Amino acid sequence: MTPPAPETSPATAPAPRSPAAPETSPGPARVRLPHERALRVGPASWLLRLRSVTVSVILLAAATLTMALNVRIGDIPMTVAEVFQAVTGDGPNHFVVMELRLPRALTGALVGAALALAGAITQAIARNPLASPDILGVTTGAGVAVVAVIVTAGSTAGGPSGDLAAVGIPLTALAGGLAGALTVYLLAWRRGLDGYRLVLVGIGVTAVFTNVKYWLLTIGDVNDSSRAMVWISGSLNSRGWEHVHPTALALVVLVPLTLLGTRSLGALRFGDDTVTGLGVRMNLARGLMILSAVLLAAVATASAGPIAFVALASPQIALRLAGVAQPPLVVSALTGAVLTTAADLVARTVFSPVELPVGVVTAVFGAPYLIYLLIRARKEARS
Amino acid sequence: MRLQAVDVRLGYGDRVVVDGLDLGIEAGTVTTIIGPNGCGKSTLLRALGRLLKPSGGEVLLDGKRIDRMPTKEVARILGVLPQAPTAPEGLTVADLVARGRHPHQTWYRQWSSDDEAAVGEALSMTGLGDLGERPLDELSGGQRQRAWISMALAQGTDLLLLDEPTTFLDLAHQIEVLELVRRLHGELGRTVVMVLHDLNLAARYADRLVAMRAGKVVAAGTPSEVLTESLLAEVFDLDAKVIEDPVAGTPLVVPIGTRPHP
Repeated sequence: MTPPAPETSPATAPAPRSPAAPETSPGPARVRLPHERALRVGPASWLLRLRSVTVSVILLAAATLTMALNVRIGDIPMTVAEVFQAVTGDGPNHFVVMELRLPRALTGALVGAALALAGAITQAIARNPLASPDILGVTTGAGVAVVAVIVTAGSTAGGPSGDLAAVGIPLTALAGGLAGALTVYLLAWRRGLDGYRLVLVGIGVTAVFTNVKYWLLTIGDVNDSSRAMVWISGSLNSRGWEHVHPTALALVVLVPLTLLGTRSLGALRFGDDTVTGLGVRMNLARGLMILSAVLLAAVATASAGPIAFVALASPQIALRLAGVAQPPLVVSALTGAVLTTAADLVARTVFSPVELPVGVVTAVFGAPYLIYLLIRARKEARS
Repeated sequence: MRLQAVDVRLGYGDRVVVDGLDLGIEAGTVTTIIGPNGCGKSTLLRALGRLLKPSGGEVLLDGKRIDRMPTKEVARILGVLPQAPTAPEGLTVADLVARGRHPHQTWYRQWSSDDEAAVGEALSMTGLGDLGERPLDELSGGQRQRAWISMALAQGTDLLLLDEPTTFLDLAHQIEVLELVRRLHGELGRTVVMVLHDLNLAARYADRLVAMRAGKVVAAGTPSEVLTESLLAEVFDLDAKVIEDPVAGTPLVVPIGTRPHP
């Protein structure tokens, strides 16, 4: 809480009004919402934040650029002309570009956008910039489920491989993620859903899941465990069209539904009494927004494993880029896409020919950022 | 009766704060609820504003059960200013006040000219016309409180429930807020229900006073009917003289001392 600033000069404060001679209110002034422009078409009207639009266009261009770089750069060097040739015709590199690099880059962008969107929603609901979908139980739930499957099905059943792994692991992750979220939701529900309680329960459940996951890793066969480790770090390695299609399909459905909830989300950032007073069905709105965050995070995790920090950092970077106080949904999603594809570019190329899991790169960049946020939050709390 | 509590039981969890309470709010009046700390004033106000669901009895808005009406429809009839409201950080005054238009908006009608006019009027009525672009965190306590009142005004409702709208304000700003309430009532015919702690201001600015103690209404009526020396003893355990306010002619409480709790 900042201490109240001194009252502005008495000249700007309105003179006390005498009850005998009520001052007639001056005609409605034109209201300028800072940085926003009204867009009115007939009875319809919207608010446009020009800076958000500009930032979105730039981020879209940046995402396209990082994806293009991901397609061009790699073990097999290509010129831009060769890339175009590979995309349009069936040049010698057609397979590398169209079956390996492009679907991987697309998966990265989609997964990053989904995670960032889930993060922006979670931070709004929890009213906490340090919240991420991890506290919703999705990522750790998926982690436990996948590790359990890899470790138990590993040596005995010959291990999931090929198509089975490509379909089975994502489905396991999806089921585990949704089960984890359900656990958190049921434990956090008490005559309604309170953001603070959700955070606490989420942290507790996450801790339990994480430890179960590590226990499974220690009892598992060494080879299975190391394969599981790659997955739980979050990796885009050998992601193909079979990962792009379901992720894209899920986003096509979920993103518009989420964006329809933008206004509710704006209201939900206020205290509970204010939210209800404004005519928002609070528990319903909150439940639906959490559900969409859970689904987005679950779909993303199913495709690429729990990529660290994208969901946490993207909304916070996005709000600074857009110059707004609270994470903007569209800008967050685009930021997530850029971050993830850029991180994957680093993961693929810096230690070439060794490929790092993309989650390792996002964690290396994300951890200092988290520390920065914590320091900043402490400073704000003190001032 | 615009707003009515019928035999309501209110509480939090297993703790019952108010039991078997009846209260009616007539159209076009300013009603102020007074009573000692913890007597259930705010709880009652929250129930009247459907922020708290009664565990028994019912709250009626224009004769209809408020909990069965769509909450958005209620929000176009009744505005609530909760006690110590919280806003997300970094919000500007105009952003906050514009949020009051929420119940009038849909996804395809997010900032109509009506919205803009209502927000402009709400800002100028509270004297915040020049502070629209200032972040809420940078305002003084008094300005911030006026911004919240402005948000409730922008909602454009006939009924306003204000929970301690004068907290954090110095006397001059308290008077200013209450003058605003009087104008809302006098010029625009709004119905206002407030919780106030200052008995003398309550007496001066309310048509009706409702005195509560331990979850019960002890007395209700005009300020001079309610604010008597015996009532002050009964409700507040306060020995006081009640004289005539030399300015407004309403009762003026001059405290002598507290009485031992019965």
